[in-house]
Amino acid sequence: MRRLIHWMLPAMLLLWAAQAQAVLEVTVTEGVTGAIPVAVAPFTYEGEGELDEDISQIVAANLARSGLFNVEQDDLPAAPSGPADFLAEPWADTGVEYLVVGNQRRDGDDVLVEFHVFDVLSEERLGGWRIPVPGDMLRRGAHRISDIIYEQITGDPGAFSARIAFVSVERNGEERRFALEVADSDGANPRTLFRSAKPIMSPDWSPDGRELVYVSFENRRSEVYRQNVETGSRERVASFTGINSAPAWSPDGRHLALSLSRDGAPNIYLMELETGEMRQMTQTSSIETEPVWSPDGETLYFTSDRAGAPQIYALPREGGSPRRLTFESGYAAAATVSPDGRYLVYVHGGDGGFQLARLDLNDRRVTRLTEGRDAESPSFAPNGSMIIYAMTDGGRGVLGSVSQDGQVHQRLAAREGEVREPAWSPLN
Amino acid sequence: MSTIFRWFFVAMVIGALSACATPTRDAEDAEREAERAAAEQAERERAEAEAREAEARALGRDRQFDADALDDPDSPLAERLVYFEFDRDEVQSQYMDMLEAHAAYLSQNSGARLRLEGHTDERGTREYNLGLGERRAQSVRRILTLNGASDDQIEVISYGEEMPVAFEQNEEAWAKNRRVELVYESRR
Repeated sequence: MRRLIHWMLPAMLLLWAAQAQAVLEVTVTEGVTGAIPVAVAPFTYEGEGELDEDISQIVAANLARSGLFNVEQDDLPAAPSGPADFLAEPWADTGVEYLVVGNQRRDGDDVLVEFHVFDVLSEERLGGWRIPVPGDMLRRGAHRISDIIYEQITGDPGAFSARIAFVSVERNGEERRFALEVADSDGANPRTLFRSAKPIMSPDWSPDGRELVYVSFENRRSEVYRQNVETGSRERVASFTGINSAPAWSPDGRHLALSLSRDGAPNIYLMELETGEMRQMTQTSSIETEPVWSPDGETLYFTSDRAGAPQIYALPREGGSPRRLTFESGYAAAATVSPDGRYLVYVHGGDGGFQLARLDLNDRRVTRLTEGRDAESPSFAPNGSMIIYAMTDGGRGVLGSVSQDGQVHQRLAAREGEVREPAWSPLN
Repeated sequence: MSTIFRWFFVAMVIGALSACATPTRDAEDAEREAERAAAEQAERERAEAEAREAEARALGRDRQFDADALDDPDSPLAERLVYFEFDRDEVQSQYMDMLEAHAAYLSQNSGARLRLEGHTDERGTREYNLGLGERRAQSVRRILTLNGASDDQIEVISYGEEMPVAFEQNEEAWAKNRRVELVYESRR
């Protein structure tokens, strides 16, 4: 196993300062030893005026943020923009293993972006792409290009074009303001979907990435709402007596799993969205909550304290008796499932506070992923590479991110106020 | 050792042996009698305790509360907070008198409506804490209804850890946040 090292990226802060819109500032706090050295040459541009966004800079920032790469963007020995400019000669001595070059030109309302990835050591071109990007969607285009480059070099799909939903909190004396926000994976392009003077919690994405479902206390009690991310249109879906909480959208998009206490104690229910038809999945007097779906929609994982303390259980979607999965600690809750269905990452608690742990559903091995004292609300990235979660830093709510193997750690903090309850969107 | 002492010692041993080896019928009867007396005494004490409790409860119900009593800072009704231990939902005995007063008030003012708002500290997951806050409010509700309040006068709400009153991260703050608040929505 490779040893973890601590390294900060002061350069990251400079990059971020240039992005005025970012609501979250991302820093890599712990990366891998032997991060892959990559150079991203600035993409040239032919056309009228200047582009609103610097695509190559966004790509470089994305790759650096993953913690897997050591990214060079300045002080390059040459300024190539296409395959004809690629000469192994000036690159071989730089220690750079991969080189990304590109050019951009105006094509009507679009910007045509052409880019190539070279393996410097073998002097091979790994691939070249020409992508038309709408002129008003350059950031989104840059994230997609980042996904392609990431996959070309690592063999795994990228998740830079996914978005993050989260709850922000601003405190002004006794008064607090809550907001449900959606931002790009790098914290840029923040948009507020819903504001309230009362708490908001537990956002979850629809599988098509168009809607969010979440809990709002705007009517002084917990209720579940769904809201379209693009249009903002909003609808209340659960407002029964008692607790209405922990919504989880089924992979087929047709059901919500919920925790409701309308018949006594909180139990797991399925709601068919089209008909509103309800089905009770657990019948206990204990606390049954935090349902999540396996990617194939066949299994529900949830938290229950039926054995005295919260533990994670698995229940077939068709019903039956739940099977306990966690035995490692006195507190196991809030599971998130990896996109391949192999791992559960959850909040693991004991005398030392709350950390994230990863359970391998194949061999039942448990690995601790974080070291702090108050991790909560983990959410898997749609490519399975990392898990975003909430924690506190000096009493302030910030987000953390850890790679699936526990090696790369990032911190995402708001410039002002607090952030919590993160949820990765699906990839689409 | 002097001769007298030795004799005395032997006599003592013999006496003890004979007492153990041949218990008399009288001794057995006496033992049974003592047991019976003890049982009767315990039964009497239990009955007396129950009577005292019933009397206290009756006294509580007889305590007359009008709506103004809710504003009287010296009334037990002025107490509107029940605190809990970490991850527990049992109501501690020091809150019984206050809760019995609220139950009496509710039973005497049938139009009164009470919201029980359950809260937890920040430790543990938000969703689990929502359940725990509800359990705490339900514990308080049970005591109120057992003491004369009617079910439809009481609404139970849980805020989990979402509405803390103390924002520090230490035991003192956490203890303040683990609470059920009694909120009168309607007074009579």
